Amino acid sequence: MSEGQEDKRIPIFVDDEEVKVDPGTNLIEAVAQAGKEVPHYCYHPKLSVVGNCRMCLVEMGMPGRDRATGEPMLNDDGSPKILWVPKPVIACATNAAPGMHVRTESPLVKECREGVMEFLLVNHPLDCPICDQAGECRLQEFATDYGRGYSRFIEQKNVKPKRTRLGPRVMLDDERCILCSRCIRFCEEVAEDPVLGFTDRGSYTTLTAFPGKELANNYSLNTVDICPVGALTSTDFRFKMRVWFLKETDSIDTESSVGCNTVVGSREGKIYRITPRRNDHVNDTWMPDSGRALYKEVEAENRLAAYSIEGRPCGPDEAMSLAATLLKGHRVAIVGSGRLSVEEQYLLRRVREAIGGGPPTFLVGRTGEGDGKLLSADRNPNTRGAILTGLIDELPKEDLHDLAHLIAEGGVDTLLVAGEDLTMAGVTRDQLKRVQIVYMGTHHNDTSSVAKVEIPALTVFEKSGTFVNQQFRVQKFAQAVPGPKGVLFGLSNFTRLLDTLGGGKRIAPSPANVWAEMSGDVPEFADLRFEDIPRTGSVVDDARFAHLPFPEGPGFHFNPKRAETIAGA
Amino acid sequence: MSRANGDATMPTFSKSAPHPKERRIILANAEDPDFDGTLEAYEGRGGYGELKKAFGMTPEDVCKEVLDSGVRGRGGAGFPAGMKWKFLDRRSGKPVYLICNADESEPGTFKDRQIIHKDPHQLIEGMMITAFAIQAKQAYIYIREEMPYGARILDEAIEAARAKGYVGDNILGSDYSCDLVVHRGAAAYICGEETGLIESLEGKRAYPRIKPPYFPAALGLYMCPTIVNNVETLCNVKHIVAMGGGEFAKIGTTGNTGTRIWCLSGHVQKPGYFELECGKATYGELINDLGGGLLPGRKLQAVIPGGSSAKVLRAGERFTGKLRSGEAFDWGIDDIPLDFDSPMAAGSMSGSGAVIVVDDSVNIVEVLANINAFYAHESCGQCTPCREGSLWMKKITGRMVSGGARREDAALLASIGDQIAGRTICAHGEACAWPTQSFVAKFRDEFEAAAERNPDEWKNREFRLV
Repeated sequence: MSEGQEDKRIPIFVDDEEVKVDPGTNLIEAVAQAGKEVPHYCYHPKLSVVGNCRMCLVEMGMPGRDRATGEPMLNDDGSPKILWVPKPVIACATNAAPGMHVRTESPLVKECREGVMEFLLVNHPLDCPICDQAGECRLQEFATDYGRGYSRFIEQKNVKPKRTRLGPRVMLDDERCILCSRCIRFCEEVAEDPVLGFTDRGSYTTLTAFPGKELANNYSLNTVDICPVGALTSTDFRFKMRVWFLKETDSIDTESSVGCNTVVGSREGKIYRITPRRNDHVNDTWMPDSGRALYKEVEAENRLAAYSIEGRPCGPDEAMSLAATLLKGHRVAIVGSGRLSVEEQYLLRRVREAIGGGPPTFLVGRTGEGDGKLLSADRNPNTRGAILTGLIDELPKEDLHDLAHLIAEGGVDTLLVAGEDLTMAGVTRDQLKRVQIVYMGTHHNDTSSVAKVEIPALTVFEKSGTFVNQQFRVQKFAQAVPGPKGVLFGLSNFTRLLDTLGGGKRIAPSPANVWAEMSGDVPEFADLRFEDIPRTGSVVDDARFAHLPFPEGPGFHFNPKRAETIAGA
Repeated sequence: MSRANGDATMPTFSKSAPHPKERRIILANAEDPDFDGTLEAYEGRGGYGELKKAFGMTPEDVCKEVLDSGVRGRGGAGFPAGMKWKFLDRRSGKPVYLICNADESEPGTFKDRQIIHKDPHQLIEGMMITAFAIQAKQAYIYIREEMPYGARILDEAIEAARAKGYVGDNILGSDYSCDLVVHRGAAAYICGEETGLIESLEGKRAYPRIKPPYFPAALGLYMCPTIVNNVETLCNVKHIVAMGGGEFAKIGTTGNTGTRIWCLSGHVQKPGYFELECGKATYGELINDLGGGLLPGRKLQAVIPGGSSAKVLRAGERFTGKLRSGEAFDWGIDDIPLDFDSPMAAGSMSGSGAVIVVDDSVNIVEVLANINAFYAHESCGQCTPCREGSLWMKKITGRMVSGGARREDAALLASIGDQIAGRTICAHGEACAWPTQSFVAKFRDEFEAAAERNPDEWKNREFRLV
């Protein structure tokens, strides 16, 4: 709360300890602000409240007031008399009110939790040794806290289907399901694709997709993330790796300018899954399914993993010096990418300056239909980075016909390509064969196959850096796994090329150093240090670029108002 | 109407002559052998006169009469109907809905169907008066799926009433319009819970809503203010308008006004339904007098006083305490007055008015096993304690009555019941927990003796309820 602003928060008392919360905060969040946890299954901060798991029962009371006089009722010692609600209430559906008292640790509350835990476990299979959720399972966690330690249940457990295919990417184990309905609510409320529901009644209730429907929307894997138990599993991740072995690294989804915050789970240099990371300003707790498969490019068959000159493997120094020779003193054109990090784009600009003569610079625009959620129309994660760093001045076109013309006219000797396949953007192989190509990229493609010099690059998972999303929010990503053997680490490809070209002052190949360099060069970054960018990102001023007709439409937490006014003007 | 026309697919409904102790108001026409339930017959007995009378009053006055009458809901909870109407959120500006809860499904209850089958226009008139009083935009009768005849009868009756201008547009030539629609449920007990009913009426699974915030009077059908009343309650509205709230309040006793239809079933000579003035007769009179007493040679073992979810009363038990009036009481089962408050004072409830008599010919564990099987089957499965607890209790009692009882089962059952009651979204939690809690508490000896019983002695060994 900034100073001068009126504090509208209200005091409540969690186990007699006062905490101030915003009006309308539910008790699960309010208690969390007091540093305590109310265990829960069905409640999810980004979904509607249904209150069906009953795990979050707490005792609640309000200070009493005399009905006749309206005076507060007092105990003998003068303290306000609390009228406790006779039955426990669910914290998720109870909103904080001024003076409210909550007991989260009383014997009754503990007994309630133990009761619910026991009920949830009576028909729950003992699958933990083979269950993918084990290790991040709420049922396991709260069973540790509130479980009986032994079972009073000697009857037959219910038998339900163990593997039901709900959709191409989601598998259901009905026995594990605790019927919290999070997945159903997610499909209705967030994905807006209501295909899930319950059939049958009571303890025999089973989750199912409606007849003739399947859970196939591009957000289906979020149901796996929010499933508090191991009922919904990802067909991709299923039985691949125990979650406690996974190293978790903060990353960013690179499939569009939304820049969903993600966590990359890897073990011993191999990525096993990508899950969303909560950022209420960007993606809440969701991400598209398409972004979760991107890690597969790391070990793709066509991965470019060695420096080479005309197909002959060589060392990086040799590749760099030939590249510098081809670039220096020739008519050069540069093709950058909206998929490069801010640091790489900036260094590419410095490379351009080191080459001299103001070589024309192109960026390949990628647009698609925005889904109004977490996939925006601009499918480059970092178009705004390229603009901020000065690599380009205008929004990129979908194709490189201008470049193709330039080549056809014989105006280009050397083409420096960073991270793009030009044949996919309107330049033919024949045209490419007329020029010398220095190719920097992560994968082999038709452009690299005709390149003179190939410089292998790192994927987003193998380096650290930043992207600037559609909100002009600078977001950091960290290195999850090492790059291919022999490939220079971090930003070394760019800094080494810059040195070889004689780019003046040397820049150490780490994002922090590049940011120190940029802060004097890019006005929007003047006050920003790499180290200071928080996990949720940092929004920079976009006033300089207000005139640009960015293609994004409205989505989660993004409304292109400025773009609208420009279009209307 | 088709029945009068000898529709062969429609059964005839038997009628009973009044017992001298009965006071028939609701059933006055319905049980008359000369009354065939058609609109003509109903009008011939002054039917829809009260609707006309109500339309001569203001809606507020009708509400006030109902409030003054003190009439309490006949569905189970016994909440004053006039009070319920007062809670209606009228400031929201949203349309108001009226729903008649005809999802009569509490085991042992068979009163509403008598009204619907034999005197549908009484319900329709009561509903239209209520609709006018609360200025409802649309009214529904939510009838349970198992009453196909009732649904047909109501449909035909509504058509007849519509033709006469009692239902639909410009009722009785006024500028008030309200249509009435019969909606058949999907055969689930939980649809009788008012918010579950509303969900079902909206076309969803009958998952009861959490209260707060979804009180029907504010956020009911389609999130609009809604009144849900029982069939018998709505019929009473007609008689309240007829005689005036003050006069109605003189029937019965203070706080327990009007008559109630009691449904007597179980081990009695003459089970049936009896309309009695509240508080003017006792359970003893109902069982021994109106019901003709127990079967010869049998002894009373227990009475469930208000539908199978009510807490059981054991024969020989004494109930002592003080009434709200301050008067001390010391009752046996036979002495408990038939009203709302007395069974509650005795630690149970009058519920839906279903009195189930259990004699000594059955083992009490089997009775509970039967009840548990019902509630486990009918748990909607939305919230954890009821969903898992009801099935667990059913499995335990099912095992007990098939020869697998253990001494510790009694304590286990009681503990499961304690873990359910008061912790669920709707009252089904209590409905499934109360029988177990009360049976085990009051028949602890029988439950523990079950462990020692020779497995062959169980009558229903094949009745394994898993």
